[in-house]
Amino acid sequence: MKIKAVPLILLVLAAATALVSLGRPDKALSVLSVSREYLLEMLTILPPILMLCGLFDAWVSKSTVERIMGAASGARGTLVALLLGTAAMGPLYAAFPIGKSLIDKGASLYNVAVFLCVWASIKIPMILFEVKFLGAPFALLRLGLTVPAILILSGVMKQFGTRSVCHEAK
Amino acid sequence: MFIAAVWGIAAAGLLWSFFKSREKTRAALRFFRRSFLSLAPSVLAIIWAIGFILTFVPSDLVLRSIGREAGWLGVILAAAFGSIVLIPAFIAFPLAASFLKQGADIRAIAAFVTTLVMVGVLTAPLEMKYFGRRFTLWRNSLSFVAALIIALVMGAVLR
Repeated sequence: MKIKAVPLILLVLAAATALVSLGRPDKALSVLSVSREYLLEMLTILPPILMLCGLFDAWVSKSTVERIMGAASGARGTLVALLLGTAAMGPLYAAFPIGKSLIDKGASLYNVAVFLCVWASIKIPMILFEVKFLGAPFALLRLGLTVPAILILSGVMKQFGTRSVCHEAK
Repeated sequence: MFIAAVWGIAAAGLLWSFFKSREKTRAALRFFRRSFLSLAPSVLAIIWAIGFILTFVPSDLVLRSIGREAGWLGVILAAAFGSIVLIPAFIAFPLAASFLKQGADIRAIAAFVTTLVMVGVLTAPLEMKYFGRRFTLWRNSLSFVAALIIALVMGAVLR
């Protein structure tokens, strides 16, 4: 969602609500009361989670991630990739340059694939968010299935030779 | 209970951070303010849109496209949608919850959430620039398949 698109969308939604309230006031009321309910739900969970994100961001710097991951290797490196992927914040594309520099520093592609997938899919604050909206059984089961899935798919990638990848990328 | 625990953890972390380093705490608070302000408009937009969806989109449309009787086609549709759109999970979870309330299949929702975070069609060109075409195609297509398998297992367990 582009930043500039959002005010426009809000404007359209406001206009649509006004229009609906002219024809069907009961429907407009329903739109607003549903939205209010979700807004309140959002406000009870968003502030503490963003605070946790802020603390992660301030205390776990990207260079720390890079240093430890680059030096680590084997099963320990994978474990580190798993743990650090969960701690750092940001969208997937923010992880691309870090993953690239990990490859340049000699981290294995397997570990980098694990790191990317974990970065994308497993975030402690996000898990809290998922529990809130979709329920603990849903969130925890999905998490429990995602971790082995990431390890398996990274292993498959290692098997089917993504070795030439570094040359291709340069 | 859950909400109280999250607030408690955040408050404890803030307190700990405050005693450890004023400077880092300030940075954390800056991050908080910046992300809250930048998220607020899109959160408001999606919540308002959810109000419209729940009021006007008939449940049977949701049921037909991603409901239980839609079967695998619905799951694949949801997975494809999750692969293409670029929305933060913060915003996607309440949306997914509203579809679930409308009667969407839990497998479709699981597939949507999983591909949303792990598969990026729009970010693929960027990913190729960093890691090459082969790595990108493998990682994204395997993630897509993994999402479908995860959805299948979750459907079997949670049903």
